[in-house]
Amino acid sequence: MTLFILCITLFCIGLYGVLVKRNLIKIIIGLALVEYSINLFLILIGYIKGGKAPIVEKAAEGGIFVDPLPQAMVLTTIVIGVATTGLLLAIAVRLYKKYGTFDIQKIKELKG
Amino acid sequence: MTIIVKKITQIIAGPIFLYGLYIVAQGHLSPGGGFAAGSFIAGAFILLVLAYGDKLRHLKTEEFESSLIETLGILFFIITALGALLLSIRLGFIPVFFKNFLTKGIPGNLFSAGIIPLLNIAVGMEVGGALFTIFLEFVIRSSKEGK
Amino acid sequence: METLLIILLLLMIAGAIYALEAKDLLSAVVSFGIVGFGLVICFLLLQAPDLAIVQVVVEVLVLVIMIAVIINTTREEIKEKIPRSTYIYYILGFIFVVGFIYLFAVSIQGLSEFGKHSTRMATEYIKNGAVKTGSMNLVSGVVLDFRGYDTLGEITILFTAVVGILTILRLKGRKHE
Repeated sequence: MTLFILCITLFCIGLYGVLVKRNLIKIIIGLALVEYSINLFLILIGYIKGGKAPIVEKAAEGGIFVDPLPQAMVLTTIVIGVATTGLLLAIAVRLYKKYGTFDIQKIKELKG
Repeated sequence: MTIIVKKITQIIAGPIFLYGLYIVAQGHLSPGGGFAAGSFIAGAFILLVLAYGDKLRHLKTEEFESSLIETLGILFFIITALGALLLSIRLGFIPVFFKNFLTKGIPGNLFSAGIIPLLNIAVGMEVGGALFTIFLEFVIRSSKEGK
Repeated sequence: METLLIILLLLMIAGAIYALEAKDLLSAVVSFGIVGFGLVICFLLLQAPDLAIVQVVVEVLVLVIMIAVIINTTREEIKEKIPRSTYIYYILGFIFVVGFIYLFAVSIQGLSEFGKHSTRMATEYIKNGAVKTGSMNLVSGVVLDFRGYDTLGEITILFTAVVGILTILRLKGRKHE
């Protein structure tokens, strides 16, 4: 229970970064924080006390495994996350080249 | 970079690359698989570019090749899935996309698990190519901007 | 185990707050690394070695790209005074966040406790996964056999993102007369 609350606190910090900050890099960091907290939350749900990593050994087949389904989903999410972060950084670089600043309010005021 | 960084890179870049190949080959037996292996392979090349970046004047060629490998990876993935669909009709299975039509073998052997190792290799090519292309693109564009 | 995870999460939260509030963008990115590597240790403790392997490499890659971007552009945070009228937005945002956490805590009551998860859906995967797919690594089996369509969609997204990055960074600015 405490772990879930802490996890959603991390989510809220990322959301705060996205909503309040004016620097583009800080906004990208906030989005990445949101993604990390969601990954951790899914893995926390799938954990079983005393469970082993989901790899069937030759000798000791059986026993309790942790849930492999959230792990498989999060595995794809991590790689998608790095691709989207790269895309956002590319957009930030282009905006900096054009306007010379990372401040989104100034970018909004300047005319292209 | 200094000579220390360059020498250490010479020593460890090869083993990192080999470890990536090992992970992709053992993806159905031990922790790892295509995603981890692709990141490792991209990481080995990124280390080389970071250490020897000013000496390598062929980054454009590298970029072309890595994006080519990425495209081949996704093509290989789709062709394997489509081939499973077509061949499973011929072999008498119910035709399903991603049908595991090859023999399963003995679980635990290197040559087992049907088409999963093939798909692992395809995913490894895709992820490694994609991550390395992203990195190279940032390096090339920003170094041009500096001068 | 649970105490260790709580300590790690508190460390990650501290790193996240500093990453968002730092005056220097380079130190912001470095303290963002705290969150990523803390996540790696959490994955290892939660018995997910595949994810830990991927996350540690991907985190290094993201940090390298971010530092490359910052070094080539600027590392100074915007240093303008906040107008007084925006303070009310800060207060409203704080109230919103507290309400959000409260609603989450209410809605989480139906979820099973930490560590007592019942594998409703994955029981079949765990019981027969190794026989059906022939793969000893159940995560690999789920990703590439039971859920092959997801992986197909995922690598399509990755491909599209790379094409987008190539297009955006290659674009030449339009010349104005």
